[in-house]
Amino acid sequence: MKVEVNGTSREFVAGGSVLALLAELEIDSRMVVVERNREIVRRDDLDRVQVEDGDRFEIVQFVGGG
Amino acid sequence: MTDERIDSLEGRDPLMIAGRSFTSRLIVGTGKYRSHEETVEAIRASGAEMVTVAVRRVDLDASKQESLLHHLDPEEFFLLPNTAGCFTADDAIRYARLGREAGLSDWVKLEVIGDQETLLPDTEALLEATRVLKAEGFTVLPYTNDDLITALRLEEAGAAAVMPLASPIGSGLGLLNPLNIRLLKSRLSVPVIVDAGVGTASDACLTMEQGVDGILMNTALAAAERPVLMASAMRLAVRAGRAAYLAGRMPTREWAVPSSPSTGLLD
Repeated sequence: MKVEVNGTSREFVAGGSVLALLAELEIDSRMVVVERNREIVRRDDLDRVQVEDGDRFEIVQFVGGG
Repeated sequence: MTDERIDSLEGRDPLMIAGRSFTSRLIVGTGKYRSHEETVEAIRASGAEMVTVAVRRVDLDASKQESLLHHLDPEEFFLLPNTAGCFTADDAIRYARLGREAGLSDWVKLEVIGDQETLLPDTEALLEATRVLKAEGFTVLPYTNDDLITALRLEEAGAAAVMPLASPIGSGLGLLNPLNIRLLKSRLSVPVIVDAGVGTASDACLTMEQGVDGILMNTALAAAERPVLMASAMRLAVRAGRAAYLAGRMPTREWAVPSSPSTGLLD
């Protein structure tokens, strides 16, 4: 299915949960926060929330800042 | 009699914000360092416990690179997410919520920038975002200008501290208006943390001598030729400025007053 991640369109091959999407992107789920269609997916819900075709994700982390 | 020496001061003179106690009155950022290692070494040298971080998109092409969190142990440092880069209240609120989900607390350093050139705050949007986030249970630390009325409104809106600038972000110009900063401090009940503009140790010392509760800085350390050494200097400067404020400086005079006795002189 097609999803948008951080502004770029890409194919989510495996399908499944948001946690599975992070795994496909090789992202450590403990280090990031995920927004799905402008709503935060709570960390405990990452494996429960299913990705749907056309979903838009923002995956963010802490970086250096003042 | 209490120990009046500066070394004994830190333990007895904590920075209190929203009921939480910090030994150090220096808060530091984590931006613009040359490496994660240098960041952590400088923070340790500064003695800061509270450390700001920004929220940004993961670079999907470099997601296996170590993130800052691998180096900043939340057990060792209190991480304060910021909303840097936000130009509207809505954006700042969105970033604050993301930061809360990523972090271990509901504290946020709230920035709503009004102008790209000066990075001065949009105080109207700042007030709006402060109210919304306060209602959502956040501990809000807004970055603002040195205007008394805005500071009072932020306090009314529920800010846990008010963080006026010394001079523009990243400018290193030091404390441009000590009068305004003293005025803010004299009128606010919440802590006043001077955020932005400090360039070197004397700026930090002079700022603390105004009686403010703390200083937040980033570029002064990261852009120094030797950040770790500058961080050590800032640690001492903040402590010295605080101690000098508490000690109560001598009054100034226009004319000389001798330090040695004017009696007992030889004929």
